[in-house]
Amino acid sequence: MIRVVLPHHLRTLARVDGEVTVTVDGAVTQASILDALEARYPMLAGTIRDHTTRRRRPLVRFFACNEDVSHDSPDALLPDAIASGTAPFLIVGAIAGG
Amino acid sequence: MTAIRVLVGTKKGAFILTADGKRDDWSVAGPYFAGWEIYHLKGSPVDPNRIFASQTSGWFGQIIQRSSDGGKTWEQPGSMNEPAAPPADPSQPVFPKGESNKFVYDTSATTGRPLTTHQWYDGTQHPWEFARVWHLEPSLTDPDMVYAGVEDAALFRTTDGGQSWHELSGLRGHDSGPKWQPGAGGMGVHTIVIDRKNPERIFVAISAAGTFRTEDGGATWRPINRGLRSQFLPDEDAEVGHCVHRIALHPSRPDTLFMQKHWDVMRSDDAGGTWHEISGDLPSDFGFPIDVHAHEPETVYVVPIKSDSEHYPPEGKLRVYRSRTGGNEWEPLTKGLPQKDCYVNVLRDAMCVDSLDPCGIYFGTTGGQVYASADGGDRWAPIVRDLPAVLSVEVQTLP
Repeated sequence: MIRVVLPHHLRTLARVDGEVTVTVDGAVTQASILDALEARYPMLAGTIRDHTTRRRRPLVRFFACNEDVSHDSPDALLPDAIASGTAPFLIVGAIAGG
Repeated sequence: MTAIRVLVGTKKGAFILTADGKRDDWSVAGPYFAGWEIYHLKGSPVDPNRIFASQTSGWFGQIIQRSSDGGKTWEQPGSMNEPAAPPADPSQPVFPKGESNKFVYDTSATTGRPLTTHQWYDGTQHPWEFARVWHLEPSLTDPDMVYAGVEDAALFRTTDGGQSWHELSGLRGHDSGPKWQPGAGGMGVHTIVIDRKNPERIFVAISAAGTFRTEDGGATWRPINRGLRSQFLPDEDAEVGHCVHRIALHPSRPDTLFMQKHWDVMRSDDAGGTWHEISGDLPSDFGFPIDVHAHEPETVYVVPIKSDSEHYPPEGKLRVYRSRTGGNEWEPLTKGLPQKDCYVNVLRDAMCVDSLDPCGIYFGTTGGQVYASADGGDRWAPIVRDLPAVLSVEVQTLP
């Protein structure tokens, strides 16, 4: 079971409180987590990554085990702590300045 | 008993204002979609309790919301995690794809490449890129059909209640498309007007391309900008490139169009074939919204703004101007509106009229006030004063 922390506005869209959990069959990567997340919560499709290109939206960041993995390949393996559910996969909205 | 429901989109959420037919005692509900920009909400003329909303965010993109109970509850069409429809094969339920926010431009059927490009700020050609839905226009006859005017400028349509959207690419594919260019506010389809006598005829307005008309339900389009003059264009009378801010018509006279352009208030009596100026004695002919009285086709309303560089009312006085002669002769409507130190703007989609008699007029400001007049504009009062900046105002007259 993989733990995912969503930003406030996406929790509202998904109608959830706190962390959510998803199940990934096979390699645990950004792409496979997002695939599982969008299958479980279809209302999040297109909000984290583009529907067509599957590219991360510019003002959304991904963190795993205190590391910003936003620029890693979507298909790169994530740390074991994410795969095992020891640590959550964080989806974060960029801070607005000003 | 007759009731009024005003749908307000703001920079930080949506609000729904309700009153009975007297229009003097209002309830305010919201914010809905708190923290999000709500560009526009509009209800279906066929089923007024079915309301569509465009919810957008710089972080998370476009969301389409739909209500089936007059705005009390909302859902993203086809995005809830239950089967979208009874499956043909019960063992294989069809789960929603979450595509109510998927706006994908048509590509060439032969090459798969972008259908066309438009002018970019540096003069080069640039592919169309979806940014947001500016305006939603529900069908006059089908509660599942809605038109969406989007940035970059294109027209989309849903026929399944918002679950999926498909481009009507004849508009963007017009020969003039490569000449279209964004203004400072982007390049969007912001106005969609359907002819109630002939729903196959639709007018749209685009910043900064101009006005276009279809006679075949959106398959093919022609620019209708003859008579418009724009000093910022190298050719002031160009076929396209005019920054049209809003067009409006009276349902009983679909050949008569009124336009608030970047500068100039204009009128056409041949469905946009030719335009002539009706700014007359306005203190400024710059502005954004324009609308027509529900029962008097020659009574028109505008809100003059000082200039394209100073987006607030002239002299700090918030005045709606009314012409009862179809233009040229205008009277200021000031009772109940601030007449000093007022420096708000009224955006293009933020004024509307109800269909009661006497006609009600409503508008919202970037200062968060929503004003209403229940007597055709003679007297005004704020319904609410301290909302976030208002982006759009629509009204529903309910039986």
